[in-house]
Amino acid sequence: MNRFPIIRVITKILIPYILLFGLYVQFHGDFGPGGGFQAGVIFASAFILYGLVYGLKKLHEVAPPAVIEKLIALGLIIYAGTGSVCMLLGGNFLDYDVLNHAVLTELPAALDFLPGSGPHHFLPAGQHLGIFLVELGVGITVTAVMTMIFYAFAGREPVK
Amino acid sequence: MTEIIVIPILALLAATALAVARMRNLWAAVMFTGIYSFLGASWMMILDAPDVAFTEAAVGAGVATILMLATLSLTPRKRRSSGQLSSDDFEEKPSKSPVLPLIVVLITGGALVYGTLDMPYFGDPHAPIQEYPDPSFVEKSQPDMHGLPNVVTAVLASYRGYDTLGETAVIFTAGIAVLLILRKNTPEDDARDEAYAKAQEARS
Repeated sequence: MNRFPIIRVITKILIPYILLFGLYVQFHGDFGPGGGFQAGVIFASAFILYGLVYGLKKLHEVAPPAVIEKLIALGLIIYAGTGSVCMLLGGNFLDYDVLNHAVLTELPAALDFLPGSGPHHFLPAGQHLGIFLVELGVGITVTAVMTMIFYAFAGREPVK
Repeated sequence: MTEIIVIPILALLAATALAVARMRNLWAAVMFTGIYSFLGASWMMILDAPDVAFTEAAVGAGVATILMLATLSLTPRKRRSSGQLSSDDFEEKPSKSPVLPLIVVLITGGALVYGTLDMPYFGDPHAPIQEYPDPSFVEKSQPDMHGLPNVVTAVLASYRGYDTLGETAVIFTAGIAVLLILRKNTPEDDARDEAYAKAQEARS
C-alpha cells in the first residue's frame, strides 16, 4: 500500500495514538477496563498496521524479529519470575502480599511534602506491584506472539 | 432507550452472518467477518464489557482479518492441473447426500441441548455462581487489594493469578507452535539443514 499517500499519512498520524492507547490500557488496567492481553493486541495491531502500509522491511527495522521472538519468552519469565520472587520472600507462589514494601522500604523524610498521608514508599503496595508486573508480562508476551505470527504469515511467498 | 441501538446492532449481526454464509467470494467473506467482529465489539460495549470489546475489535476485526487475507494471498489462485479457476468451481454441488451431515448435526445439537437441561435456570438466585463465594469478590476485593478499583483485574491477576499464568503459557506455546510450522527458513538455516543431512548420510 506504499502508493497511496492518504493511507501513508493517516497511518503515520494514527500509530502514535494507537500505541499510547495500548500503554494506557496496559498501565491503567488496574483502575479502568483493560489489562495485559488487551494492551498486547492493541500494541501488536499498531505494529501490524505499520507493516501493512510501509512494508515488512520497514517493520523489521522497528521491531527486529530476533528481538520479538525473545520477548515471547521474556513476558512469561516476568510473570513466573514475579511468582518466584514471592516465594523467595517467604510467601506462596504469586502471593503478592509479601512484595509489600519488601525492597526500598521508605523514602527519606525530606520527601514528606509529597501528597498523601504517612511515610511514603518507593514502590506501590504489594498487590498493586504484583498485578502491575504480571500484567506487564502478559502484555509483552501477547504483543510479541501477535507480531511474530504476522511475520510468519507475511514473510512467506505465495504458492505458484 | 438502549433498544434503539441494540436492535439495529443485533439485526446487522444476523444479516452479516447470513451474508458470510451465502457469499462465494472469499475476499468479501473475510471482510464481512471483520465487520461482524466490529459489530460484536459494539454489542459488548453495550453489555458494559469494554475490555472484551477491545479484544474483539483488535483481534477479531484487526489481526484475524489480516491473517485471513494473508492466507488467501498465499494460497494458489489456479488449480494445479485443470487450469483457470472459474466461478463454476464454487457453485459445485456437494457430491455426497446431505442426509448424513444433517443427522450428525441433529445428534450433536440434541446432546448439547440435553446437557443444558442440568444447568440452573437463567438468573436463578440460588445458582452456584450467585451463592459462591460469600462475601463476593466485589465486596472483598477493595480491602484485599489496598483499594484497587477494578475487580476484574483483581480476580484475573491476583485471586486467579495461577490460571492467568497458565493462559500466558498457552499463548506462549501457541505462538511457538505457529512459528515452528510457518516460519520460513533463512539461507543459513537451509545451509545448516543441508550440512546436517550430509553428516547423517556420511555416518550411515
